[in-house]
Amino acid sequence: MLTKSFTIQNPSGLHARPASLFVQKATSYPCNIYVIKGTKKINGKSIMGLMTLGAAKGDEIILEIDGEREQQAMDELGSLLEAVHE
Amino acid sequence: MIIQGIAAAPGIVIGRALVKKNDQLRYERRTVGETESAAEVGRFQRSVQASLQELEAIQEKTRLGIGEEEAKIFEAHQLFLQDPDFIGSIEEKIRGEGVNAEAALEEVRDQFVLLFESMENEYMRERAADLRDVSQRVLRNLLGVKEDAESGFSDPMVLVVHDLTPSDTAQLDREKVKGFLTDIGGRTSHSAIMARTMEIPAVVGLSTVTEQVQTGDLVIVDGLEGKVHIKPDPDLIQAYEEKQRQYAEKKETWNRLVHESTVTKDGKRVELAANIGNPQEAAQALASGAEAVGLFRTEFLYMGRDQFPTEDEQFEAYKAAAQAMGGRPVVIRTLDIGGDKELSYLSLPKELNPFLGYRAIRLCLDRPELFRTQLRALLRASVYGNIKIMYPMIATLGELRRANRMLEEAKEELQRNQIPFQTDLKVGIMIEVPAAAMIADQLAKEVDFFSIGTNDLIQYMMAADRMNEQVSYLYDPYHPAVLRMIRQVIQAAHQEGKWVGMCGEMAGEEAAIPILLGLGLDEFSMSAVSILRSRHLLKQLDHSEMRAVAEHVLSMENGEEIRAYIKEQVLSKL
Repeated sequence: MLTKSFTIQNPSGLHARPASLFVQKATSYPCNIYVIKGTKKINGKSIMGLMTLGAAKGDEIILEIDGEREQQAMDELGSLLEAVHE
Repeated sequence: MIIQGIAAAPGIVIGRALVKKNDQLRYERRTVGETESAAEVGRFQRSVQASLQELEAIQEKTRLGIGEEEAKIFEAHQLFLQDPDFIGSIEEKIRGEGVNAEAALEEVRDQFVLLFESMENEYMRERAADLRDVSQRVLRNLLGVKEDAESGFSDPMVLVVHDLTPSDTAQLDREKVKGFLTDIGGRTSHSAIMARTMEIPAVVGLSTVTEQVQTGDLVIVDGLEGKVHIKPDPDLIQAYEEKQRQYAEKKETWNRLVHESTVTKDGKRVELAANIGNPQEAAQALASGAEAVGLFRTEFLYMGRDQFPTEDEQFEAYKAAAQAMGGRPVVIRTLDIGGDKELSYLSLPKELNPFLGYRAIRLCLDRPELFRTQLRALLRASVYGNIKIMYPMIATLGELRRANRMLEEAKEELQRNQIPFQTDLKVGIMIEVPAAAMIADQLAKEVDFFSIGTNDLIQYMMAADRMNEQVSYLYDPYHPAVLRMIRQVIQAAHQEGKWVGMCGEMAGEEAAIPILLGLGLDEFSMSAVSILRSRHLLKQLDHSEMRAVAEHVLSMENGEEIRAYIKEQVLSKL
């Protein structure tokens, strides 16, 4: 199992568009993916979970990934969290 | 029986009602045994699959028939039905608690709706409505109820619903649905705007019409006066058939004016323009006889999304509108957001008095990066047509000067990069703050035009929230104070040789037009559907006569008296 922390860079936070990109990517991996913000921990493959997390710019997000190709998933999903969608 | 609602889209329909109620989807919560629960999960999964297929088809139909943006709603619906948390919780509930799929679906949906709604932001509340809509679809499939409830009726048919959801609206069959009635909604609600665009007569905000009307009842929809007659007697039907005929005749007369200019009986030329919300509406406005766009609200570019539109996205939209109108003027209002209109990605603090707060030009001047992007996009688009820029909510000379300075900076920047723009682009302001109206003489020296925004101006002048029913008696466009202020603004502008338009609801009102003409208004901007009716009226009026009428009504004591006078002394004599 891998865990790593990231900081949201997108000015409008993790709203619908970046969230749906994240979910689509997450779904393509066979592993368990969790997104943790503060005391909230949600399934990284759930669009509703991600949206209700309400992550804004500057928030710290921890990814917890467990399973096949976990390193690749961590790299790719982490860069999505830190990407700026314009 | 007669009930009064809000006239949302004009026209008259006499037809049988089709009441669509959610209680068609009634079921009982029951427990299922362990062996049965696996089958129940399977039944649920098949309904989800069927719903996904429906959504794909609706998305395609919407994309082709309405637009790309509207179609995206259904993409979100599909994502909801693929959500492991949502779908997984329902399946778990069926297995764990041994309940039937219908109950599990609704109980889990309620949990998520609550979660969305508790987030207290506009964007999330919209998502809650989407989740309800999509859950309803699955429930319908679980119960084996056909979606096409509109079939089996002879034309014309009047659809009666509590509210129109996005998927209802996208699927309205214009051939079958001749009118519609809803319990909730107002003139500017989603369903009302759709009705006017689709030219389907509608009355909304009827509170309990779904209770009062039964499927098969004969109803009369009076979209002109916002009335609904349920089970009318033969005399009333006859009277309405006559009214319907007259309205059709009138419409035909109006339609003949589509390519004509707007000139009063004594030869005074005014301009009839349309208020639009996106570039597609420019083409519709032109087809409805608009000589210009008097107000292009740019908010749509910023709303219903999760980040600011880029300069290029904006440029394309402004260019499209300018091109659609040919060489005709297109007045584009810079971003009027904040206050009650919030953007999810622009996290603004909650305000005690949003209408008196951090919004429109105030926000733009405070967020120069945001404003500059829009100004650059506007300038770049200006070479493709006759674009004019308009700042909303100006209250002081200082604000106007700061906005103009930023416009100059944007021009210099484009010049440095050798990007072309219209160098003598005209710049105007909205007059919607009483302070601006009072110093209109000073402001007029530094602008090319004014446009009076009556919706806000009246609310600020009368200190009456236009959404608050308890004080709605104060919200009166015909109040002498309002009319006198309009006169003052027009006089101040004319003294400097500048033109004055109006882009509030008032500009399209039958009783207001004679007064506004008399006061010297140069441009009337309204919803596209009102243009030909207004042109017909203006062509019958005499400008010099209306000047006297306007002077006369300005000395009256209240709005009621003024309206009555116009009706009796002007409109009834035409």
